[in-house]
Amino acid sequence: MTKVRVAGAGITEFGSHPERTSRDLFAEAGVDAIEDAGVAREDVEGVYYGNFMGELSEHQGHQGPLAAEALGVQAPATRYESACASSGVALRQAVRDVRNGEADVLVAGGTERMTNLSTAESTEALAIAADELYEVRAGVTFPGAYAMMATAYFDQYGGTREDLAHIAVKNHANAVGNDRAQYQREITVADALDSPAVADPLHLYDACPVTDGASAVVLVSETYAEDHGLDAGVAITGTGQGGDRMALQDRENVAASPAATEAAEEAYADAGVTAADVDVAEVHDCFTIAEVLALESLGFFERGEGIAAAREGKTTRDGDLPVNLSGGLKAKGHPVGATGTSQVAELTKLLRGDHVNSEHVPSARVGVAHNAGGTVASAVVHVLEVVS
Amino acid sequence: MSDTESVGDAGFDEFVDALADGDGYYVECANGHGSLPPRRVCPDCGSTDLADAPLPETGEVATYTKVHVPAPSFADDAPYVTAVVDFGPVRLTGHVLAPVEDVEIGQEVSVAVGETETQADPLLVFEPR
Repeated sequence: MTKVRVAGAGITEFGSHPERTSRDLFAEAGVDAIEDAGVAREDVEGVYYGNFMGELSEHQGHQGPLAAEALGVQAPATRYESACASSGVALRQAVRDVRNGEADVLVAGGTERMTNLSTAESTEALAIAADELYEVRAGVTFPGAYAMMATAYFDQYGGTREDLAHIAVKNHANAVGNDRAQYQREITVADALDSPAVADPLHLYDACPVTDGASAVVLVSETYAEDHGLDAGVAITGTGQGGDRMALQDRENVAASPAATEAAEEAYADAGVTAADVDVAEVHDCFTIAEVLALESLGFFERGEGIAAAREGKTTRDGDLPVNLSGGLKAKGHPVGATGTSQVAELTKLLRGDHVNSEHVPSARVGVAHNAGGTVASAVVHVLEVVS
Repeated sequence: MSDTESVGDAGFDEFVDALADGDGYYVECANGHGSLPPRRVCPDCGSTDLADAPLPETGEVATYTKVHVPAPSFADDAPYVTAVVDFGPVRLTGHVLAPVEDVEIGQEVSVAVGETETQADPLLVFEPR
């Protein structure tokens, strides 16, 4: 089985670009990734593309071929949909296809155009990731679902809105220098606590924004990297995916995300690492409580202890395990279908040393990306390692 | 083409109608696992030996939230309290007909079918006992 290197990474500016089409956003990210990789465009053998709600936001399905064409790539292209984990799932398929020798050069990425919709329309669009019959018809919004996870977590383990606020404050602080991030500004705990309620106990500053953006990475086989003298010193050494019942009501315990635990265990075993080996992580903080559940599923903290990690400085950039140095979904933004590969693009740069926040993890060798769909009915985890 | 206004969701609609008539049920497999219709295979064990069983009359609030920012189809309903209620073999999600201050995890509620204020759609509602 050949090993997989990340040869290049590209991310658009995340933010509000309502007039920009998905094809234009992806062209920017994908072309940047291919140039960063230094591979010949004609060597790309496939495009694995994540997109969640193109049908709703721009009346556009079947975006795979559009994505390939946007890059000037003449190769088969497939759109993957797994809610907020769409491009994480696309990336996993690309990793597996390079490993099993099906291809030497693949582009994995994703796009979401969202801000051309009104807030009400995007709230409705995001809710389609939940169970239509049993959740959406009961008025469960995306924030509402995570709010119910937070209520259950607080009940079982304790925790306060202030604990959650520290997560938002940390992620905003990390985004300040990241020119790809939607919110490059700090906030205070008081700002977060005073922001309007969305679904108790979650307020506006517990939630990621609505974002337009695209991201892409170029994966190559180790052999291809060596034969072409590529500077590709970061490898994807582990991949894992977990699943759970779709609706929150069908889960035994909504204060945990077992699908992510499964994905992490598989990815760690695949890479031959443990949670203790991880130096830096990008996790799916669509809401502050989601970062807590991610930290516990990834094995960084015991159940009930993830809630205090940011407040106690354990996951801040000066802590033992910096989490979401990109700014996370909270401050970098969450263009749904682009998020999974943007995490891996950010981690690649953090590990190879050319990210604005690389200075905070100068000796990091192992990074983890955690991408979740819906209320973590889908979860994908990747392990990245420095190989040179 | 069908007239989409008149097309329902087979299995689910009957479930809601029965609940509205006070004859709520769930789907039980040969191994005693509960699930909700429409269902052909038990999601827990794969059993295809399924039968309807009566839904317990009351359940306990497992978790809840007060939603302040709704989807458009609930615009006139907000703010409202949504809860997941544990009936033992199955859990259901709906609106609690009580102020959030009076709702707590473990609280006993019964289930009925009401309608949304916004579009008069059928809506599962929970009433504290």
